[in-house]
Amino acid sequence: MDAFIELDGVEKVFDVRRRTGFLRRERRQVRAVDGLSFTVARGEIVGYIGPNGAGKSTTIKMLTGILTPSGGRLRVAGIDPARERTRLAHRIGVVFGQRTTLWWDLPLIDSYRLAHRMYRIPDARYRENLDRLVELLDLESLLEVPVRQLSLGQRMRGDIAAALLHDPEVLYLDEPTIGLDVVSKARVREFLGELNTERGTTVLLTTHDLQDIERLCSRVMVIDHGRMMYDGPLAGLHEAGESERTLVVDLERELPPIDVGPAARVVRVEGPRQWLAFPASESAAPLVARIAAEHPLVDLSVREPDIEAVIGRMYADRETVVPGARNS
Amino acid sequence: MGSVRLYAAVAAGSFRRYATYRAATAAGVFTNTVFGLILVYTYLALWDERPQLGGYDQAQAVTYVWLGQALFATLALQGGGFEAELMERIRTGAVAIDLYRPADLQLWWFAADLGRSFFQLLGRGVIPFAFGALVFPSALPSDPWLWLRFLLALLLAMVVSFGIRFLVALSGFWLLDGTGALQLLMVSGMFCTGMALPLNAFPEPLGGIVRALPWSAMLQMPADLLMGETGALRTYAFQAGWAVVLLVLGRMVQVAATRRVVVQGG
Amino acid sequence: MGEKGRARYGLREGWRAYRLIAGMWIRSTMAYRLSFAMTLVSGLLVTGLDFVAILLMFSRVDALGGYSLPEVAFLYGLSATSFGIADLVIGSAGRLGSRVRDGTLDTLLVRPAPVLAQVAADRFALRRVSRITQGALVLAYALAATDVDWTVAKVLLVPVTLVSGAVIFGAVLVAGAAFQFVAQDAAEVQSAFTYGGQTLLQYPPTVFGKELVRAVTFVFPLAFVNWVPAAYVLDRPYPLDLPEWTAYAPPLVAVACCALAGLAWRAGLRSYRSTGS
Repeated sequence: MDAFIELDGVEKVFDVRRRTGFLRRERRQVRAVDGLSFTVARGEIVGYIGPNGAGKSTTIKMLTGILTPSGGRLRVAGIDPARERTRLAHRIGVVFGQRTTLWWDLPLIDSYRLAHRMYRIPDARYRENLDRLVELLDLESLLEVPVRQLSLGQRMRGDIAAALLHDPEVLYLDEPTIGLDVVSKARVREFLGELNTERGTTVLLTTHDLQDIERLCSRVMVIDHGRMMYDGPLAGLHEAGESERTLVVDLERELPPIDVGPAARVVRVEGPRQWLAFPASESAAPLVARIAAEHPLVDLSVREPDIEAVIGRMYADRETVVPGARNS
Repeated sequence: MGSVRLYAAVAAGSFRRYATYRAATAAGVFTNTVFGLILVYTYLALWDERPQLGGYDQAQAVTYVWLGQALFATLALQGGGFEAELMERIRTGAVAIDLYRPADLQLWWFAADLGRSFFQLLGRGVIPFAFGALVFPSALPSDPWLWLRFLLALLLAMVVSFGIRFLVALSGFWLLDGTGALQLLMVSGMFCTGMALPLNAFPEPLGGIVRALPWSAMLQMPADLLMGETGALRTYAFQAGWAVVLLVLGRMVQVAATRRVVVQGG
Repeated sequence: MGEKGRARYGLREGWRAYRLIAGMWIRSTMAYRLSFAMTLVSGLLVTGLDFVAILLMFSRVDALGGYSLPEVAFLYGLSATSFGIADLVIGSAGRLGSRVRDGTLDTLLVRPAPVLAQVAADRFALRRVSRITQGALVLAYALAATDVDWTVAKVLLVPVTLVSGAVIFGAVLVAGAAFQFVAQDAAEVQSAFTYGGQTLLQYPPTVFGKELVRAVTFVFPLAFVNWVPAAYVLDRPYPLDLPEWTAYAPPLVAVACCALAGLAWRAGLRSYRSTGS
């Protein structure tokens, strides 16, 4: 396996000063990343998740060379990011979900022209990449529009294009779908999938949206308190977290809780609507068939577990040996 | 009585908010002390050349400098109070929320500005002033009643300062970009308050004009009162007169601005 | 690549990134042409009135600290122009604290260009030429009105002083920015040194106490922005009885200041990259 990103016992320790009195200060060390080891192969799409403050963005900042690790070994494309930040910059693309790097008052195309020159992209390649990105991300009609007039979804697409003009080998995405409407989310996901299959770009994304991961990632890493909690396929995460999906059924009238045996259990009843929880690893089809056969069904929908719920369940049973975790 | 409590809470909140900017306060104290030092030496040279310039002796000129540095942030002599924030709220339209609040716009911001003033008097004013009084010759009175009368003049100065800046802020309803108005406020603050040179040292007839403008109620008149150059009643009458004019003017502009917002539909 | 080669490479890359980013900001400003014109005019007015304060003083006296109005104008013109150039080129670095606070500094750190160049070009404000214009006008008046026996050395010393002064002020601005890595909302400390320093240098050294003059000669060598070379040009006694050759020292002082500011910047950036705040 061609290891493109390598972390070996990487640590990041912050000194936090806290005011405890008028003049008294308390100094405390916080291990934001605590002996993290993993490798990502070229061409993988990895979801990097964990609760707020778990150490996700600290990891990304070390991978991009913004922060210097306090210990351990870290390489991206064979480069030590902290020592050769600018050399690495040519080979990586970064999208910060909430902070645009586009030029607010200028037409979108101007931001791309700047990238063209700042990254010294050869003219032919720039032209080719721009045409391709404009087509795939549907930016044609937006190129001459000042960035401040773009919607959030349009801006995100614009940001992603800006991060890819110089053909980076790896793309880091920090919450790429946060705040986007359903259509924009779908478009961003579709694009990232294509980018990965066609160009072989390695993608590492942090997200709170489990659907991002379901649609894109063959592999998930869960981090908390700076340690790896889980590293493996998404399905395994569901098992590890024993997560449940919810089937919401609308019946013709108010009825007592439906009994479908051990396959699912009713967790909530509100008038003719009932919520049934069932294991996320099971298919919903037999359950739906059975309910439809036995009860006056009007409408139904399946709700996916959100990532916090999955992780929350996982933590509730921390002692479980997590399959695939390379670090504990 | 409930509304009094509301505005007191607004003022207290503003005081606390400024109190949290510790590093900025420390930096401000340092800056005011440095500027005070530079100005003191310049004034000493000026009064060396021209003793009794503007009716001050050297000690009075020095005290005037430190008073100016102490009141620089307190009275937002060159801006830096609530006005930029209110202008931004006008620009973004957030001011509509303020207008629908069950509190008066003018009183609300006045209370907030008063809280800021009091914090900056204590946090940013006292140290440079004490430094100046200890290191250089000074002309400070020993009569505690005079200090009390000075504090009352300071309170009135805060009202006048607010009145001017409230008008500047409201100009944002009509101007697209507030930068120019704020710059104007800065320049007027530099000259007309007497931060650059005491107003009584200005050449005539310019001196007579600037001393009649509201800006002289902020630094010049309280300074003269403290150093025994003028009486309390005259000071209060001048300050209160301008305060009333500015507040009434502010109220009228506010009414016009409110109508404008309502017409535009927020 | 050796240390020297690397430094030269960094400088060239930095200058290139600086031009690119400053160019983008100029285009951004031009998106609001009218607003730009207004701030330019009001900027000229504000800086212009700065000299009026001195005129006001001279309306009441004939000399200050033994210097006449044209001589004070010479001091003023030198320091205001130097500071204006430094402020135009690198003044934006003073906004570093707010970039650290809102986290947008990180977006600069992932670009393939030196951070200092990006920070200096950030929000490049062409309107700052108004300060240079005003300083140059005062300097022109001073050159016309002072009674100087011009020699080749004196003529050459004026532009050399202007450039060295700009570099010294630039170093102060960079050092101030570096300090903001540690104390993000202490931007005002910087103005004590920059605006305060510029105000100080407008007046003759003879006005100030010995301690203060000593401090701005040996600790924060602002005296070399104008006081020392101006004493040579105007045939005035040197501050602190410095030897005559010190009039030619500004370029050396400027280089030394740059080296120190560079070290301060590197230390600041290193501390940011190890603490992330």
